[in-house]
Amino acid sequence: MTSFHESEMIALKDVCFSYADRPILNGIDLTIKRGEIIAIMGGSGGGKTTLLGLIAGRLKPQSGSVLVNGLEVPKLRQTELYGLRRKIGMLFQFGALFTDLNVFDNVAFPYREQTNLPEEMIRTLVLLKLEAVGLRGAKDLMPAELSGGMARRVALARAVALDPSVMLYDEPFTGLDPISVGIIGRLIKRLNRALGMTSVIVTHDLNETLRLVDRVVVLSQGKIHRDMAPEEIRSTDDPFIRQFADGLPDGPVPFHYPGRDYWSELMGQ
Amino acid sequence: MNRSRFDFAVGLFVAIGLLAMAFMALKVGNLAGFDSGSGYAIEARFDNIGGLKVRAPVKSAGVVVGRVESIGLDAETYEARVLLRIYPNYRFSKDTIASILTSGLLGEQYVGLESGGDPVYLAAGDRLGKTQSAMILEKLISQFLFSKAAETPAKAP
Amino acid sequence: MSAYFIRLISALGRLVTSRLDRLGLAARFAGLLMVSLRIALGRLSLIFREVYFSGVRSLSIVAVSGLFVGMVLAVQGYEVLQRYGSAESLGVIVALSLVRELGPVVTALLFAGRASSAVTAEIGLMRATEQLAAMDMMAVDPISRVVAPRFLAAIFSMPFLAAIFSTAGVIGAWIIGVKLIGIDDGAFWSQMQANVDVRIDVLNGLVKSIVFGTSVGLISVFEGYFAAPTAEGIATATTRTVVISSLSVLLLDLLLTVMMFRGLS
Repeated sequence: MTSFHESEMIALKDVCFSYADRPILNGIDLTIKRGEIIAIMGGSGGGKTTLLGLIAGRLKPQSGSVLVNGLEVPKLRQTELYGLRRKIGMLFQFGALFTDLNVFDNVAFPYREQTNLPEEMIRTLVLLKLEAVGLRGAKDLMPAELSGGMARRVALARAVALDPSVMLYDEPFTGLDPISVGIIGRLIKRLNRALGMTSVIVTHDLNETLRLVDRVVVLSQGKIHRDMAPEEIRSTDDPFIRQFADGLPDGPVPFHYPGRDYWSELMGQ
Repeated sequence: MNRSRFDFAVGLFVAIGLLAMAFMALKVGNLAGFDSGSGYAIEARFDNIGGLKVRAPVKSAGVVVGRVESIGLDAETYEARVLLRIYPNYRFSKDTIASILTSGLLGEQYVGLESGGDPVYLAAGDRLGKTQSAMILEKLISQFLFSKAAETPAKAP
Repeated sequence: MSAYFIRLISALGRLVTSRLDRLGLAARFAGLLMVSLRIALGRLSLIFREVYFSGVRSLSIVAVSGLFVGMVLAVQGYEVLQRYGSAESLGVIVALSLVRELGPVVTALLFAGRASSAVTAEIGLMRATEQLAAMDMMAVDPISRVVAPRFLAAIFSMPFLAAIFSTAGVIGAWIIGVKLIGIDDGAFWSQMQANVDVRIDVLNGLVKSIVFGTSVGLISVFEGYFAAPTAEGIATATTRTVVISSLSVLLLDLLLTVMMFRGLS
């Protein structure tokens, strides 16, 4: 039984994870306090989404411990895991709304499946959540009729339906127009404060994220490269973070995919 | 969740399906075959049952009165032992004759019962006294040839 | 030369192990599915929804196909029977062919092509768009909520569809045989009734369709659940469903026919 501190909501201790013999995470130590919003950044395939999967219990680490609210997630049985998941909400990259249900039924889904509340009460709760994300008027639309930003907002309403303690966001800003990005960002911050949640955001979008978060965790090559406050990201001269923040084509993350020598390949040698 | 929309269509589907099944059971198949198992069994022994099969009909005056339930060979007398299950509403006299007949020229073989004049009726488990075996084509032909040969007087050398 | 043989044999070995791997995966999946059935059976509205999309929507193709098959049987059957003067046995031939074989088998093949392929595509797409993962994250077991109802719907719909196919076929044969060709109506039905036994023929035919429904249902949900989350992956999975379901139906038909009808003659 690893030690657990009251203020820690999520704690990863020396977590290693590989997928099909490819190491992805190599000794991750990360603690997230209650009420914090943190961002996880890093190159593509660097293990950011894997971290979310580990926290939610969808993946099991090869070694190390994953603690959420004091519970050892990898050791939980199916029913206990599902019990934990009622307190965790996840926003998937493209919303993952159920395409055969309309907006209202999508948000009502967690209530209907997890609670025995009467329909009138569910209706009230759904309308409240939809109002919070500004889409109460769209409640009868089908997911196919929604724009990307709207779909993600509905998914957000659905994810926070049961007032979770932990919210996980998988690239919530990717592929959205600037207005939607701003809306989602504001919603993340407001919901985190209003519901007293702990939020973990996996993202590439620096600008919006730096406005929201308390901490930024940068992953590189399976390890935590840096764990710093958002202001420091802008001013640091760490080359990896600089390349990331300034969008430089070459740096610690090379431009060229490893291959043969250019001249000899051209000359057909 | 539009339950009512699907419930009606599914209900209609099931109704149509059940109708089809009923059609098959009643119009296409013969449901009468279902109550085999009720009725009483009597035994008949034959020298040769020919092509008689289990579940072949037992008829009297052309009306189906039962089914052949089982066919076996008596290991001592080498007779065919046929168990006939007769439907409960038919009664036959103790001196009923059972013959193996063919329906049509090349048809299936069945057991024909001809009731006699005995006032006592057959009960379950009784054995029929007189039986007539099936006609075997080869025996008929050899009989015919033999009788033909017997008819023509031997030619004087 | 020997290197070539070694490569050939190792390729063969890999083929066999990959097939066995998939079979094992399918068996494990089937186990999970069985466990979830108890919960799934408590959500009848979900099952009815799937019965609507798989069964009810297949009604028209099954009924029309049955009608045409029955008509063709009548034409072909009459052509052969009248050579031996047995044209009046047309009803028997058609009814037995349909009830014992064509009804269950052709219905299952049509179902595999129409309904099961749709189920595979649907489940595959739900996986690709992370809907199954989202459900899992909301502590709702996707197997009992998405997979099991579709599986049960296939089993439930199949016998009804097979009965409808056979009925339509008999009616089609009657139209051709009695109305068009001129076979005696009474002889058509009486011979049929005398030779089609409810227990042996009709019931066995229904048992067959239930077995086919189980097989086709299982294959379609399995392929969809494990489809690669790409357009190509879903296309492959859908094709696999149709092909493997069809082959399984034909194989099971052989086994069941031997089991059920061998002892008759």
